Amino acid sequence: MSSMMRGTTDNGLLPPEPDDDGAPFWEFAARGELRMQACAGCGELRFPPRPCCPHCASFGSEWQRMTGRGSIWSYVLPHPPLLPAYAARAPYNVVVVELADAPHIRLPGNLVAAPDADIDSVDPALLCIGAPVRVTFARLTGGVVVPRWLLEAS
Amino acid sequence: MAARRTTPAGPTARTSAMTTAAARAATATTPATASMTAPPAPPTLKDATAIVGIGQTPFARRLDASEKTLACRAILAALDDAGIPPSQVDAFASYTMEETDEVEVAKAVGAGDVTFFARTGFGGGASCATVAHLAAAIATGQASVGVAWRSRKRGSGPRPWTDTRRQLPTPAQWTRPYGLLRPADEIAMLARRYMHEYGATRDHFFNVARACRNHAHRNPAAIMHGRPLTRETYMSSRWISEPLCLFDNCLETDGALACVVVSAERARDCRRSPVYVHAAAQGLPAQHHGMVNYWNDDPLTGPSWTAARQLWKTADFGPEDVDVAQIYDAFTPLIPLSLEGYGFCGRGEGAAFTEDGALELGGRLPVNTGGGGLSEAYVHGFNLITEGVRQLRGTSTAQVPGATTCLVTAGEGVPTSALLLRS
Repeated sequence: MSSMMRGTTDNGLLPPEPDDDGAPFWEFAARGELRMQACAGCGELRFPPRPCCPHCASFGSEWQRMTGRGSIWSYVLPHPPLLPAYAARAPYNVVVVELADAPHIRLPGNLVAAPDADIDSVDPALLCIGAPVRVTFARLTGGVVVPRWLLEAS
Repeated sequence: MAARRTTPAGPTARTSAMTTAAARAATATTPATASMTAPPAPPTLKDATAIVGIGQTPFARRLDASEKTLACRAILAALDDAGIPPSQVDAFASYTMEETDEVEVAKAVGAGDVTFFARTGFGGGASCATVAHLAAAIATGQASVGVAWRSRKRGSGPRPWTDTRRQLPTPAQWTRPYGLLRPADEIAMLARRYMHEYGATRDHFFNVARACRNHAHRNPAAIMHGRPLTRETYMSSRWISEPLCLFDNCLETDGALACVVVSAERARDCRRSPVYVHAAAQGLPAQHHGMVNYWNDDPLTGPSWTAARQLWKTADFGPEDVDVAQIYDAFTPLIPLSLEGYGFCGRGEGAAFTEDGALELGGRLPVNTGGGGLSEAYVHGFNLITEGVRQLRGTSTAQVPGATTCLVTAGEGVPTSALLLRS
């Protein structure tokens, strides 16, 4: 198990329900690795994962490891009405992170104050488009692992 | 190279396209040489069909009648408006999210033999596509009297996003675990980026909300009739998903609407003056990702741009000739995005376009003159189609004097559709 992974106190948050194409992303996340699908033919990264390459039509793919660094592209602060577990944490943040390795890939996620902190742990005043972030991983109740994001010390 | 037809469009033009010379050529040549001649021009949609009837139920947060009953009431009202008996209906079009299917509707209202039926997906992106599909079917002889409708109890029924069992495989796995749960959250994400890139402010979104509310104030059928919206009320309202507040979100409404589409030729014999379907388009851009369009090179352009290119390519006029517009407004930021997409202003200028009362009656481009989804009723945008028809009949409660052209759009963000109507 990666040293990047921590247990969390999350309860009632929706687990990801992977499809066939997305399953490897979550399997790598469970090992504390942020990997993106790339075409085995032309090398282009693509997200969300899909069966074949929109550039060269190859059905071959591989999962490339990312550095896990990026920046905040946008963010929202949801307020109720929400599902109960989310309403209990509102307002929490949802960020979209533009990956430094592949700027056209922007992953939704949550900015947290520490790897094991909850999704409402960051002061909203610290949220800012362009802020540099790096990935961490959190284990939800039930053992599912999701990527989360930490502000880079600047 | 096929010969380009330059005659005006319409039923007369379609008849003249098959000239006697062309007919002679077709019969006098052998099969081998016939394959060398130009094929006949395909039928065009331009002004070939018209909306001749509109109907609706009351709008409310809660109506007692079932969605099926509401659908039938709206459809029968539209047919009565057109002066066409239900037994002559042979085509239906609606949304994939419509719960009452064609079989139920057809047998309840007393339709005849139905030879065309179609559904379009992607929620509110389907609104104008229902009319577009009927127009295409009628223009190509697949049917003669088409009914499009939407019936929905979104006011008293469940919010779709609360159903956690209905996990869309993609992209829900990439968004919902993080609490990006609702359409409001997904659009708020684009809105924040839009504000950052172009300097749009909450005042611009308020301009949209206020224009719709002022128009609803003149419309007795609107849910927000008689309830003006001040800047102070807007700015102090509760957040739904920052940066979007309560009044940036559409209403939650029970209600149903319908319209009747026939050929331009038949429309001349109907009770009401025809409103012609001048152009129609759908839009699914390359590498688009739905409402969470965060994964292509340019997330702040969306399906409106694609639909607009097709629409203006096939129309006789351009954005500067549009007298009034009904623009899909599930959320206020969709209006500036759509204004850019449909070419009323340049990229990033949609927010500034809303200034100085531009969207109000008497402004540069009056928008959502019945109140729209924000202040009349939210029935997946179908009330924008019926309001477009009223404007071109001259019967809107916020009538643009002398309006002869109207753009109607479906949802921006999702795969969309649009209509250019003319009187």
